[in-house]
Amino acid sequence: MAEQTPADPSRPEPQSSTPTTPVATPQPAPVQITSTPPPRKAKQDRAPEEDPGIWRMNRRNLLAITGWLAFLSFIVASTIGALRFMFPRVLFEPPTKFKAGFPQDYVIGEVSDKYKEAHRVWIIRDNAGFYSLIAICTHLGCTPRWLPSDNKFKCPCHGSGYYKSGINFEGPAPRPLERAYIGLTDDGEIQVDTSVTFRYELGQWGKPGSFLTYTG
Amino acid sequence: MFDSFKKTEVYKSVFRHSYQDTQRNRALQVVDNVFLHLHPVRIARHAADVGFTWGMGGISFLLFLILTITGIILMFYYRPTAQYAYEDMKYLMNDVAFGPLIRNMHRWAAHAMVLTVMLHMFRVFLTGSYKPPRQFNWVVGVVLLLLTLLLSFSGYLLPWDQLSIWAVTVGTNMARATPLLGHQGPFGPQLGMRPDNDIRFLLLGGTEVGPPTLLRFYVGHCIFLPVIAAVFMIVHFWRVRKDGGISGPDINKKAA
Repeated sequence: MAEQTPADPSRPEPQSSTPTTPVATPQPAPVQITSTPPPRKAKQDRAPEEDPGIWRMNRRNLLAITGWLAFLSFIVASTIGALRFMFPRVLFEPPTKFKAGFPQDYVIGEVSDKYKEAHRVWIIRDNAGFYSLIAICTHLGCTPRWLPSDNKFKCPCHGSGYYKSGINFEGPAPRPLERAYIGLTDDGEIQVDTSVTFRYELGQWGKPGSFLTYTG
Repeated sequence: MFDSFKKTEVYKSVFRHSYQDTQRNRALQVVDNVFLHLHPVRIARHAADVGFTWGMGGISFLLFLILTITGIILMFYYRPTAQYAYEDMKYLMNDVAFGPLIRNMHRWAAHAMVLTVMLHMFRVFLTGSYKPPRQFNWVVGVVLLLLTLLLSFSGYLLPWDQLSIWAVTVGTNMARATPLLGHQGPFGPQLGMRPDNDIRFLLLGGTEVGPPTLLRFYVGHCIFLPVIAAVFMIVHFWRVRKDGGISGPDINKKAA
């Protein structure tokens, strides 16, 4: 810009002091130049139109793309591996399956609290057979109590109430209690698995395993 | 004697300029110090006005430093296994010299940091400092708020008492209902999510809060989350500088 004369007083606005590339941009306003500036190569700040860039297949770009793909696949594989690493194969947790005595041990119409402490389930014997309800309130996960005098399950935390069937009828509980799998072992004992659950609102209470018919 | 010491290579390599109160020495003091040179050369008058900034961002960072230091000290006595965690916490509180002081500093600074980060966000909102060109830094700040809350939550489990176990049980039960990735969330069961393979399982390292959970939360609390938070803080402070320092009243509006 050293060759430029001071701003022309006839021009309405003085030009900004930032130098513009003289070759690339067309000059709308005539700029008075005392001597021709040496021809400078235009700086390329934009790719030419329709330039495929790295996708122009020559040897260099092929190697570049291969390198990037290798790097990306390494990153993806490592991420998947690290994620899988965080899912343990072996759990050091109490078993969810347990034996709950023989069918004859239960009295018709009674709710058994026997396995509530250890496994958090009730086993209920009705006229037709058995079902087990998981003692986790569907509101916020407290442990409800069986109240024989009121013939209902009652949660001490926020007052949710459930019938003996497990259907909720009072308090904030949004859905019935869940049932756990119940069946018989080969030697005729009742077996309960709390990791297999049946939800009433999903129509799962009719499914095999949700109810054990008494066969004598 | 002292003069000859001042001429040694050792002295000159540590103290690189004289102590006379000159403009040049004042500038050198800042420029020659790695920590001071991170500060801006000059700041706007309103940026030093406590009534405008509330100083909450700086206090949050100070609390983060306090938490880092006290946290490292606590790690010398705390073992993150179910067998020892609670005992070690009791030991720290009852028999370790200055143990209660360090642990309470950590605890109260943690509570305070959640508060100051929120107040900082509130101030930024009230002064409109989230507006262009600072939109990106607002997003970084939201991530930092989330990280602060996660740090607070993960630290809550570490005493391994009834309060922490059940608080984390309730807190992580929310993850059951994660869409797609939770076994009770929308489309979760359809994608094959069970209690033993969903996002909550990843978080807990099991189907319930247990010893693996304690270890996971410990590593997350002491290594993973602080490092991520530090990276975001670097970006956060750098963006403050790049966006023209602490935001102020609109100069153009005032002139009009």
